[in-house]
Amino acid sequence: MNSVDSIPAKNSLLSSQAESERTLYPYVTGTSVIGIKYNDGILLVADMGGSYGSTLRYKSVERLKPVGKHSLIGGGGEISDFQEILRKLDELILYDNMWDDGNSLGPKEVHSYLSRVMYNRRNKFDPFWNSLVLGGMKKGQKYLGTVNMIGVHYEDNHVATGFGNHLAQPILRDEWHENLSFEDGVKLLEKCMRVLLYRDRSAINKLQIAKITEEGITISQPYALKTFWNFSAFQNPTLGAEGSW
Amino acid sequence: MFRNQYDTDVTTWSPAGRLFQVEYAMEAVKQGSAAIGLRSKTHVVLASVNKANSELSSHQKKIFKVDDHIGVGIAGLTADGRVLSRYMRSECINYSYSFESPLPVGRLVVQLADKAQVCTQRSWKRPYGVGLLVGGLDESGAHLYYNCPSGNYFEYQAFAIGSRSQAAKTYLERKFENFMDSSREDLLKHALFALRETLQGEKLTSSICTVSVLGAGEAFHILDQETVEALINAFEVGAEEGPTDEGAAADQGGGATDQGAASADEGVAAMDI
Amino acid sequence: MSSIGTGYDLSVTTFSPDGRVFQVEYAAKAVDNSGTVIGIKCKDGVVMGVEKLIASKMMLPGSNRRIHSVHRHAGMAVAGLAADGRQIVARAKAEATNYESTYGEPIPVKELTERVASYVHLCTLYWWLRPFGCGVILGGYDRDGPQLYMIEPSGISYRYFGAAIGKGKQAAKTEIEKLKLSEMTCREGVIEIAKIIYKIHDEAKDKAFELEMSWVCDDSKRQHVKVPEDLLEEAKAVAKAALEEMDAD
Repeated sequence: MNSVDSIPAKNSLLSSQAESERTLYPYVTGTSVIGIKYNDGILLVADMGGSYGSTLRYKSVERLKPVGKHSLIGGGGEISDFQEILRKLDELILYDNMWDDGNSLGPKEVHSYLSRVMYNRRNKFDPFWNSLVLGGMKKGQKYLGTVNMIGVHYEDNHVATGFGNHLAQPILRDEWHENLSFEDGVKLLEKCMRVLLYRDRSAINKLQIAKITEEGITISQPYALKTFWNFSAFQNPTLGAEGSW
Repeated sequence: MFRNQYDTDVTTWSPAGRLFQVEYAMEAVKQGSAAIGLRSKTHVVLASVNKANSELSSHQKKIFKVDDHIGVGIAGLTADGRVLSRYMRSECINYSYSFESPLPVGRLVVQLADKAQVCTQRSWKRPYGVGLLVGGLDESGAHLYYNCPSGNYFEYQAFAIGSRSQAAKTYLERKFENFMDSSREDLLKHALFALRETLQGEKLTSSICTVSVLGAGEAFHILDQETVEALINAFEVGAEEGPTDEGAAADQGGGATDQGAASADEGVAAMDI
Repeated sequence: MSSIGTGYDLSVTTFSPDGRVFQVEYAAKAVDNSGTVIGIKCKDGVVMGVEKLIASKMMLPGSNRRIHSVHRHAGMAVAGLAADGRQIVARAKAEATNYESTYGEPIPVKELTERVASYVHLCTLYWWLRPFGCGVILGGYDRDGPQLYMIEPSGISYRYFGAAIGKGKQAAKTEIEKLKLSEMTCREGVIEIAKIIYKIHDEAKDKAFELEMSWVCDDSKRQHVKVPEDLLEEAKAVAKAALEEMDAD
């Protein structure tokens, strides 16, 4: 008998009346988001899958969204939490715009704000269940950062969340460089997404790429990658994996 | 029966649509010793006259740092001024906690004005009895605002508040058109000359004034006394006729010479209205 | 002013024997002393204009705004105490965002007006508050098209084709009545408002002023924004030319 079980649950932190309002685990989730800097801005990519547990339940979930004029956000994890974050950001930007005073929140500010929100929620034991990538461009400055559900945040030249952290980052570390053209950037991201598609069971072959430059934000129409499933390892996956079925 | 029934309560309108309590609060600003502010595209200078209440006491601080990019100069009830400065500091800190960037000055000023407005609409409150010159720098450049007890705020190129500020204002009004492109040194010079105008013949020395600067690449700071003394000497602010004073002498020639002669302080041209 | 000194005019919670609330009327006086504010509804949107009086020449143009956005699709122009006006604007912003977060669509202009008017009215109900010393003109564009409302210090609000408050409201209303609002575009409306404000401004008696204008119309993608700089300059030029022409007559 586990001794913890016999103790009546009376932890003041855990048994507050808000217990039922917390996200205890995610329901519908999106998988990796990848972002890179390239020569004239930032590129973000994410697929459009929404998994209900391990079921690929939705296939048109938009996970890349503009935030005001200077920023772009990509979200993985609990989709409804992501949408709530988007609403919060839209309100933030609306209030910022209504000042109409020549000042505006740039990607750095939005990223900082998000980090504070995420960390604050985790401290209430009620986290937004997401990994977020924030890219942007203001006054010629590129910005790319990430935050996760416990509030860890950092900037980098290339970031990836979820499985992307394991499968895409090694590729990016090898192949990313400061002067990527738009075409090469897209190629690099597609390479990453293809690897994820092959190896991450939550990834689906329908994705969007978003770009932010001095000129503004564009988010591509959904499209699919060319795949090749005839590798022998795919055709006979258990070969050489003794004991598996 | 009454001289004025409408002037004892902030929540009472007069038949002409005036709020006397608020107007009286604005009078309090004129009681305090002068504070002036002026700005160029990139710099703001705030300066004030220090007046000790008695010979045994020191003077009250009238210029406060709010953040690296914002400073205030006050005239009126110093206690109210300190409360508001503290509010501004905490707003700046909260903003930079959330956004890791400085709070735009214009927004702080509106928040401050909104706070002041509330005190003009609640029967259990009184309006703040202080005027604030808020200088600051943000992505839209340098700014100078004047916040007054009524909850109004205005953006100025140059302004002066407090007792005998009219003299400084007259001086600034004559010069302000060139301020936009002025150098930091020119702003300091004009600040000292404007300050001198409020002294009514008293000699301007570093011990009776506080001068502060803020600008691009220069966090808000109050100049130390030696620096101010050096500036006063360099610009010959204490001299009989300041180098920039031709206009002043011409404008109000008669009065100036009259009072200058009457003044006991040697070497000070009195300029007051 | 037979009311003065009778003691019935010292509190918002006091009725006079003939059923008036003088404090509210006095608050309205503060509005009547302010620079004129005009709003018109044209066929494709709403235009608002303010005669913003300038107290000092050292004050910078564009400061001390009297027109504020309260949401993407609505804006407010304030006559009277600007500080009071900002409280109303803040409330309007809060109501608009609150509505949107509840219902997922922008607040209808009518609903926004009613909520804001209730708030203004609230301040006439308690002895410990005073009525707002400002009137506001609220313009917006929702799925029912462009709409214009005016809210007075009493909390009363009506929908208008054209409205004016402030010092020159009588003269302004006379001028607005001459316009064919239902055939006019906002572009034309901007110029007409500029002409009216320049015309009713008494150069000899009044302080200097700055013309502040905003619109919500199809040209602005149904967003409430400042009138574009070039159009505003054009409107000012036309207004000044019209003035000179009148003076020449």
